[in-house]
Amino acid sequence: MLPEELRENPLAAALDGMATTGKFAFGELTVEIEPARILDALRLLRHEWQYERLTSVTGVDRFPVEPRFEVVYHLQSVARNQRLRLKVRLPGDNPEIESAVTVYRGANWYERETFDLFGVRFLNHPDLTRIMMPEDWPGHPLRKDYPITGTRY
Amino acid sequence: MSEIKIPGGAVITPLSDLNNANEGADGGVTNAQEVEQDYREHLSAKSGPRTMVLNMGPQHPSTHGVLRLLLELDGETILKAAPDIGYLHTGIEKEFEAKTYQQGVTLTDRIDYLAPMSNNLVYCLAAEKLLDLEIPEHAQWMRVMLAEFTRLNSHLVWLGTHAIDIGAMTVFLYCFREREDILRVFEMFSGQRMMTSYFRIGGLALPAPRGWQKRVKDFVDIFPSRIDEYEELLTNNRIWTGRTKGIGYVPLEDMLDLGVTGPMLRAAGMKIDVRKDAPYSSYEKFDFDVPTSTDNDVFSRYQVRLEEMRQSCKIIKQALEGMPSGSHQADAPGIVLPDREKMKTQMEALIFHFKIVTEGFRVPEGEVYQAIESPRGEVGCYMVSDGTQKPYRVHWRGPSFANLQAIPKMIEGTLIADVIAGLGSMDFVLGDTDR
Repeated sequence: MLPEELRENPLAAALDGMATTGKFAFGELTVEIEPARILDALRLLRHEWQYERLTSVTGVDRFPVEPRFEVVYHLQSVARNQRLRLKVRLPGDNPEIESAVTVYRGANWYERETFDLFGVRFLNHPDLTRIMMPEDWPGHPLRKDYPITGTRY
Repeated sequence: MSEIKIPGGAVITPLSDLNNANEGADGGVTNAQEVEQDYREHLSAKSGPRTMVLNMGPQHPSTHGVLRLLLELDGETILKAAPDIGYLHTGIEKEFEAKTYQQGVTLTDRIDYLAPMSNNLVYCLAAEKLLDLEIPEHAQWMRVMLAEFTRLNSHLVWLGTHAIDIGAMTVFLYCFREREDILRVFEMFSGQRMMTSYFRIGGLALPAPRGWQKRVKDFVDIFPSRIDEYEELLTNNRIWTGRTKGIGYVPLEDMLDLGVTGPMLRAAGMKIDVRKDAPYSSYEKFDFDVPTSTDNDVFSRYQVRLEEMRQSCKIIKQALEGMPSGSHQADAPGIVLPDREKMKTQMEALIFHFKIVTEGFRVPEGEVYQAIESPRGEVGCYMVSDGTQKPYRVHWRGPSFANLQAIPKMIEGTLIADVIAGLGSMDFVLGDTDR
């Protein structure tokens, strides 16, 4: 359910069924989506709201708060000259979400990066391997419980 | 270690494994010929009777850094291409979380090392958006001017190296002659030639140096004629046109889908430029065009970038002529370091100086995404603050990262000689890709 002040925004209202919450701050619209409905939301935005570009996919680790991980999608509509941020929250013990590659092919490397650095698994991704770190690297460096110096994890 | 799968069925073991396997009893010294022989045998065994797999990079000179490309070849035709990145990953995004906001500026230079000021700018704009800081007009115009110098600097390196890849030696020397002038301007302003860190949250690090107008004026007066010199060497050169026209085509829909930005997209006919679509730092006050082309090949990307250089020069000229007077820093005690003179005479200024240097300043809770047009395309900074002195998370959306995803689309089905031209036209920086 979206907060009252966002209901008047037609774009946010269109996402209302899938959204858990949302906010408009610093001139930017953020809508939080239920993890299970993320592909529906992306498809709706791409095909009906002209969001033809996925700018980036990344993660934020809210350790030790649960649900621990946020996966953040930045979208841009070139035709309407608008930007939008979608966000899903995933639990720390089993962070999994559907891959967006079927909707935006550009999500491929961004999801690999998020998998590599945060350990979020993207289901049905064509090639979910590490992209930045060596393949046999232990741990996921951008997690908050990963040390910034030292060699041991 | 695991094998690398190329879409299409070929399976190869990374070169590093072969190196390890080859390390003999003589203390790990490997014979280069032996390694090569092993590698060849290994590849031909796995890749079928007609095709071979070629490992290009990460130390190939025309991959401009440490990009590794795995190419499956049938004769000279590329069947499959798989870029492999990450050789330059330095954990900069993790590093941001351990530095105060002001210290983070120095990291941004090192991401895309050919466009330091563009990166400074996007980072500062993101932090200023969170802080709700108003930047004086003089500082905004100075930022625009130096960001355009950065564009010229980056495009000159691109043109020089791209031309040398294709075989035109002279252009490289000409480009680096002008680049030297730009680096001298950077040095004059910031004391540094490359890692300038000249933009700070709240304005600029230092006031503009005495006599900067003359140095900049000398440059903009001469530079357009220098672009004509490059054009004389290349535009009607039969070797150049033969190597670049009709090469490196990627359909526009695919580019949009893959997240490609910048001159690549503009050379495909799409008029997209963050400076026009969402102006930042007073770009709306400057008069310039966004050049486009519809040919969508290596040659049109060359033309678009050359025209961009002319437009950048035009912007610098406008900035020089109309530079508003005023302070180089915002009036924000507690965020901007106080004047040196005041620090020595006033108690409050001394306290602010001490607080900023020792613990930094607090930034209100929130998250912003700031995008600007870097020489390579859209660079975005996603900054999350939790209300403390250090960013909770900084994500860097580098243009090279997304552009590189289009490589297989560009070179599959073409000849191996065109890979070099295609890669060059993309103008990526591996520091920006791997961060």
